[in-house]
Amino acid sequence: MADEISAAERLACTAARLMKGSTTVFIGTGVPMLAAALARALYAPGLLPIFEFGGVGSPLEKLPLGVGEFNSFRRGVAALGICDVMEAAQRGVVRDGFLGGAQIDSYGNLNTTVIGPYAKPAVRLPGSGGANDVGSLCWRTIILMKHERKRFVEKIDFVTTPGYLTGPGARERAGLPPDTGPYRVVTDLGLFDFEPTAKRMRLIALNPGVTVERVVAETGFKLKLAERLARNDDPTPLELETLRRKIDPERVFL
Amino acid sequence: MGKSGSVCADCGWLEQKTKNGGRFCLKHAVTRSDKELLAEACADFKPLETTTVLPAQPSPARALPTTAPPLFQRPDPDGFRAFLRDEKDFSLNDKLVTEREAVKRFIKPGDYIGFELYGTVRCPMSIVREVVRQKISRLRLMGQGLMDADFLIAAGLVTDMDITYVGYEAYGLSPILRRAVEAGSIRLAEWSNAAITWRLKAAAMGLPFLPARTMLGSDTLKRSPAKKMFDPFTGMPLVLLPALVLDAAVIHVHRADKFGNCQIDGISGFAIEMSRACKRLIISAEEIVDTEVFRERPERTAIPYFLVDAVVHAPFGAHPGETCGLYRRDEAHIKSYLESARSADGIKNYLDEFVRGVPDHDGYLKKIGGARLKSLKAGPHG
Repeated sequence: MADEISAAERLACTAARLMKGSTTVFIGTGVPMLAAALARALYAPGLLPIFEFGGVGSPLEKLPLGVGEFNSFRRGVAALGICDVMEAAQRGVVRDGFLGGAQIDSYGNLNTTVIGPYAKPAVRLPGSGGANDVGSLCWRTIILMKHERKRFVEKIDFVTTPGYLTGPGARERAGLPPDTGPYRVVTDLGLFDFEPTAKRMRLIALNPGVTVERVVAETGFKLKLAERLARNDDPTPLELETLRRKIDPERVFL
Repeated sequence: MGKSGSVCADCGWLEQKTKNGGRFCLKHAVTRSDKELLAEACADFKPLETTTVLPAQPSPARALPTTAPPLFQRPDPDGFRAFLRDEKDFSLNDKLVTEREAVKRFIKPGDYIGFELYGTVRCPMSIVREVVRQKISRLRLMGQGLMDADFLIAAGLVTDMDITYVGYEAYGLSPILRRAVEAGSIRLAEWSNAAITWRLKAAAMGLPFLPARTMLGSDTLKRSPAKKMFDPFTGMPLVLLPALVLDAAVIHVHRADKFGNCQIDGISGFAIEMSRACKRLIISAEEIVDTEVFRERPERTAIPYFLVDAVVHAPFGAHPGETCGLYRRDEAHIKSYLESARSADGIKNYLDEFVRGVPDHDGYLKKIGGARLKSLKAGPHG
């Protein structure tokens, strides 16, 4: 079974394990939805998923395909609007925000706006949506991405969503709430945190079968390594079964 | 603002940041912290009371770099107030009209317009299609949008867009937006979802702007006409979001009466803010019900009638998207639409067939077919 595990499944399982014991989490579109549904089913029965268009506290028995879709508030505790949930994040209610991105740099800044120069882009991406708000206002941002050299770059083409911007203190200088910022980056190759002082991305755990060399080769910036690297466990049969049979049987995101 | 310092908001002279976080003013040769500057303004500071005309452009220190696009719709709270006094009819009138009449009367060429939606959910597509049929051009668009933005851009009707997100989530990027932006045929200003909604909220509150703590430090801010300033009470940097009053807004609801009272089931996205931040409001409703429905449960009214200018009966009005609790998204239609959207010819053919090729929403529903629509109807649990 292990050799068939997809990147999305690995991402979802690692991220779901990070949600153990969580309550208020802001869920972005895509893999974060899978992770939240898996966490709700196996690890965090008290999870309070919050979606940007107003869905709050759905048990996520059915996977939302969009952040405003019926399943984002199906059997939830409240169906509110954008202002209500964004204002909650701005006053400090939301602990973790889960985001994806097209490009990331070593400070955890994310790009979902353009590839190439802004005035003449090679690819126009969707734009911020709620991502900038999540990255600005939640206490901790957890970023889920497929690990590829073209995505993990020295300089991203556009800072859609702030990570640590240009380094220590930059968020605070810009006026973002203190003590916020990227907390973890989850990829199909491993798990990363940010050095406490330099705020640079650091490898802290490897996925099974992945070498440090491979992670370094797939990273376009100088990657810091933790002194002791942990090993992520493979997705368990129960996790895979739950993801494949219950959460996303039609394989929309898997 | 370079590394060496910034320009004083009040005297226009350079000031340098000092190590301890203060500012050294080159004109007055004093060092003061941000807090002290707020408590005791620069010697050249002119209180607003002494100026008869407000400056059209904010002072240099508060303006962002020149990468910022212009405001596509300037805040004008007094103009909005005067419009509501002089132009808006608050009487209890029967406003039930066809989509053709609603669009003809309330959406004009050059207008700034917006549609309320989340992804493909509850988007007033029947009205979007009518705007395309009537070829109302030079539109400026609030781009928390998706198929609405795509249709209007593909039909060449949009000049400027305040964009937050245009993408199909699980189905990927919008090929139409990509072509338009990569060809440079549309002007964009970037916003976050919270920011654009708070812009509506500012307008709804009758204010010129609202401060917020989002977008700060990002290129999203640099590519928006928002401004930054220090809060005079705490000294903290804030982004100022200019109020956005739409010339016309369109909202699709679960049920309305002929006067325009509306109920929305489930989440309300930005319907509440948008309905209060527009000069003209067109409602399309899945169902037209008696006013007693509202009088029995007044706490359920999301939009009261006096905000509304036109009510259009539009069953399956969000098709091919969904209306939560009533019908699901038409996945097959959306997939084939996205396939068409991959080329300019493809989307032209799509619009010719499903938009320009039908006379109205009834004709569209007939084209989609009763059996297909019935298969999309939601069960008791969606």
